Amino acid sequence: MRPNIIKVGFLRGGLEIKQFMRQRESVVFTLLFPVMLLFIFGSVFKGDLAPGVTFSQYFVAGMIASGLVNTGFQQLAIMIPLERDFGTLKRLRGTPISPISYFIGKAVLVFVAMIVQVGALMGFGAALFGLDLPNTTERWLRFIWLILLGSICSTILGIAFSAIPKNGRGASAVVSPIVIILQFFSGVFFVFSTLPQWMQQFAALFPLKWLTQGMRSVFLPESFATQEVAKSWEIPQIAIVLLLWTVLGTILALKTFKWSEK
Amino acid sequence: MVSARTHRLILSRPFRYSQLLGQDTDVVSDLAGLAISVRGLRKTYISKANGSKDAVAGIDLEVKSGEIFAILGPNGAGKTTTVEILEGYRDRDGGEVKVLGQDPAKLGNDSWAWRNRIGIVLQSTNDAQDLSVSETINHFANYYSNPRDPDSVIHDVGLDEKRDARIQTLSGGQRRRLDVALGIIGNPEILFLDEPTTGFDPEARRAFWDLIRSLRDEGRTILLTTHYLDEAEALADRVAVIVDGKIIEVSTPESLGGRNTAKARISWLENGAKQEIESDFPAAEVAKLSTKFGGEVPELTVIRPSLEDIYLKMIGQL
Repeated sequence: MRPNIIKVGFLRGGLEIKQFMRQRESVVFTLLFPVMLLFIFGSVFKGDLAPGVTFSQYFVAGMIASGLVNTGFQQLAIMIPLERDFGTLKRLRGTPISPISYFIGKAVLVFVAMIVQVGALMGFGAALFGLDLPNTTERWLRFIWLILLGSICSTILGIAFSAIPKNGRGASAVVSPIVIILQFFSGVFFVFSTLPQWMQQFAALFPLKWLTQGMRSVFLPESFATQEVAKSWEIPQIAIVLLLWTVLGTILALKTFKWSEK
Repeated sequence: MVSARTHRLILSRPFRYSQLLGQDTDVVSDLAGLAISVRGLRKTYISKANGSKDAVAGIDLEVKSGEIFAILGPNGAGKTTTVEILEGYRDRDGGEVKVLGQDPAKLGNDSWAWRNRIGIVLQSTNDAQDLSVSETINHFANYYSNPRDPDSVIHDVGLDEKRDARIQTLSGGQRRRLDVALGIIGNPEILFLDEPTTGFDPEARRAFWDLIRSLRDEGRTILLTTHYLDEAEALADRVAVIVDGKIIEVSTPESLGGRNTAKARISWLENGAKQEIESDFPAAEVAKLSTKFGGEVPELTVIRPSLEDIYLKMIGQL
């Protein structure tokens, strides 16, 4: 009897979290970096977007959305080539483990790291910058599925992308510019509706823009929906885009995933 | 007395069925079963600098169930390429390969079931630095349908004292033992070991060899690559010598290169000059000399070519 693929995936996730927590640098970077950014932006932009809505409120939405991209896509697209270099993947390849279990393990790691990161960001934001937390059950539920689906989507795209860098050393140089450009285009650092139209349309092809928009729908007052480009939060569209990217990413990941560098 | 050392070597080796039957594998395949069979294996690498090179240039191999089979050869001879094809890591350019009855290049959806039955110890890995020995071994046990007890595996590879140590703190030898532990945790029928003792000190190697023998005694088939002659001699039931991608001989370590039948060279001092003869019957010659000299023979030596002499000759280094 083959060990259950999903169960092995979750066991692998537990192991990944253990390894992650023991690497102090990665913990500090993943958890404190967003908090530091919030601190910097929160200190620079002191004004309100609207009466009673601070810039931090807007910015936290972007930080959490881009946290999903950093923790999932970026981290994995760099980490997996390194695991190829270290022989981690070659060793796994020699065992009966399914690649799906390995993928699930990564998704579990990303999801748990996200929860901790979001907790730190919200706690810090609420304590120092008067961040208002989501105030309805509906918003909290939306928040949770956005993080869950966002983590899975970001994870699988990171795995798919990991086939591109030749080795671990070069991976960061390939991945980071893509993420940074997407962040600027997707309204993480600027108010999305003020960006040039071509930039908005380009960003709309990728998940980050939609994640950011979804997070705004969680953190900003309902009245802000009219300030979106589409005059609405477009929740169903967000779900569809994320699901499409997840399916596409899964197909790509299964096709291109390389256990070892030939 | 002279060839006592050689005799002891042969006799101290546990009697093995495979030795009796030698290379007559057609008979053996029915009786004992083949764990691995390879016919005409070929692998060509193409590089811009050197054009195309046959890393493996037509290899035939048969490894019987339950034996330790060593592939011995200098660096770059094609050992790792061969083994990685058998392990399913690399594809090949020609030939037939069967490992546990299946072609490693055509596993399809059944690959897990095949991998469930083999264990692999790779040449060098550097993974899982932040985990402890016990965490890693316990975790890998989850991948297999019928794993061995992790605690007993830790004990068997001699890592009891290091069970809670982080992997990054292990010495090279301990690290290798962990690799073996991960190779055997799934209770494999075949264990592949690629240059397992490179970089070991002599004591660690002895201990490691004992471990490998005990795994063979549990009935596992072991395919080992090495560039150490003494390792092949100490461990293997049969040895294949590979040079430039070709197997130039398969035999027991005792008879490698005709060593067991090679003439002994006897030398002594007579009339102030060194005398030397070669003989198939060194004991008789020594007895004759002893009679002639009425007891001790001055500066008597009897030498058989060492395995190393023969090996170096075989691989063209002598």
